[in-house]
Amino acid sequence: MTSLWLSFELAGCVAVILLLLGAPFAYWLAYSSWRGKFLLESIVALPLVLPPTVLGFYALLAMGPHGPLGRLWISLFGHGLAFTFGGLVIASVLYSFPFAVQPLMVSFEAVDQKLIAASAVLGAGRLRTFRRIILPLSFSGVVTALVLSFAHTLGEFGVVLMVGGNLAGVTRTVSIDIYDHVQSLEYADANHQALLLLAISFAVLCLVYGINRRVWTFPWKL
Amino acid sequence: METIGREVDPSSLFASIRVDRGNHAAPFVLDVSIEAPPGITILFGPSGAGKSTLLDCVAGLVRPNSGKITVGEEIFFDSASKAELPPQRRRVAYVFQSLALFPHLTVGQNVEYGLNHLPETRRQTRVTEILEAFRVGHLRNQKASQISGGERQRTALARSLVTAPRVLLLDEPLTGLDSELKTSIVDDLRVWNAARRIPVLYVTHSREEVDALGERVIAIDRGRVQDRGAPMDVLDAPRRKRLAQAGGFENLLTAKVLDLRESDGVMRVRLAETMREIEVPLAHASAGDQLHIAIRAGDIMLAAEPPRGLSARNILEGKMVSLERRAAMVIAKVDCGATFVVHVTPGATRALELAAGKRVWLVLKTHSCHHVD
Repeated sequence: MTSLWLSFELAGCVAVILLLLGAPFAYWLAYSSWRGKFLLESIVALPLVLPPTVLGFYALLAMGPHGPLGRLWISLFGHGLAFTFGGLVIASVLYSFPFAVQPLMVSFEAVDQKLIAASAVLGAGRLRTFRRIILPLSFSGVVTALVLSFAHTLGEFGVVLMVGGNLAGVTRTVSIDIYDHVQSLEYADANHQALLLLAISFAVLCLVYGINRRVWTFPWKL
Repeated sequence: METIGREVDPSSLFASIRVDRGNHAAPFVLDVSIEAPPGITILFGPSGAGKSTLLDCVAGLVRPNSGKITVGEEIFFDSASKAELPPQRRRVAYVFQSLALFPHLTVGQNVEYGLNHLPETRRQTRVTEILEAFRVGHLRNQKASQISGGERQRTALARSLVTAPRVLLLDEPLTGLDSELKTSIVDDLRVWNAARRIPVLYVTHSREEVDALGERVIAIDRGRVQDRGAPMDVLDAPRRKRLAQAGGFENLLTAKVLDLRESDGVMRVRLAETMREIEVPLAHASAGDQLHIAIRAGDIMLAAEPPRGLSARNILEGKMVSLERRAAMVIAKVDCGATFVVHVTPGATRALELAAGKRVWLVLKTHSCHHVD
């Protein structure tokens, strides 16, 4: 069961980090009138279309002992980033970014502009308006972002394999574990894990759809 | 901002701005210069005239391309000196047409929202006072999304006014209310402002509200000030066709001047649509000119048989097309070549046995026929 627990740990970390990173980013995307916004939107959406191996490959290069991220990590913590839990979190954050940003952005955009104007006229600065008006009215978007990034991280395989390798207790998530079992022809064990993952994923999606019926509005707004 | 917290002297709002909006296909330019002394100034005009854009500029939500906006000594915006106060610091109260109540907060929390700078106890006192003044004290703990139409309007007014603003902007705040409710809210607003005397810009296109509120009217159309003055002067002799329609002149007719009778102060015109002649007040025109005549539906008399012995000079024969009951009024359409809209009372409708198809006569007083150029 350690692989399942590890997957949960990873997905939980990623979901929380993505909410904290994604909210300001989504806020900016939702309200900025910068002309070059589409560039950033495209970059955020890249993980949706790229094979996980491509993202994983470049993440691995960046995290390696000669990559910029790897060197920074070594100078900060004294050890490398590749094939560690930390590295896995960073790669997963990149990989699941659109799943957090998109629902947040959609729900921020849906907040009536007049409410935001009213808040400003009543003396509230941007931060107060965000905290008191935009965020509470985007509750379904926040839950959707959390749940989707959690579920998507839980189910990822390619990026984990590229960046994390297959170290029991450190980087062997449940999806890798299933692959391992199949490679060793342990079908009963594979089935056991796979069924569990299937059930969890289904439950999570039920939760999302129950809260919000308009989740899958990819690609963005065209 | 040392003025915060104490009452400011009543001071006028002055705005002289230009805003370029829209695109190449449909350019829109708002180019106005207005002054609003303490008291209610009505901005009147058809939708799309630029009234709301003007309010947005005063509130700081839209940046004018050029110009200057001041309240008393304070400069809100000045393109020449590149001065611009953010909306948070203008102390402007703005009631939007949609009211923009925060739906997830209670009535009390909505009203309290703009008092963040005050200590808690002071805040609660102010909220209690204003909720009572606008008769929504009993709704304090209800969600804003769960209260009724008139209560929403009252809450929105209370939320804006509790901040002790120096300017009040009202964008059709009473749309969709019945006239009784309107009157009672307008009375409360009047009482409130009698004590404070701040400039109030009140946007509307309802005649009824102009009559109830108006001290001054500024008529705006297509981004320009068309007219200003007392309500009677501005609205009862409209200079523009579109304003005439907005101003409650249901009948707008094209006419050709036949001859002037200057000693009588009248002239005869032929209505283009009907080929009938009527007598209207004298205008700066000469024979052969074309002009527009605007007549209120309420100013037309309707007779079921040929009228005799009247002072009114204009009698048109026609046929009743339709009758439509609306509240305490019947809207009759009469075909005299052109279709006239006439307002009659339900009692008169019964007494004259009016029905579609019936032959009727319209009586127009000369001075009920207004010129529009």
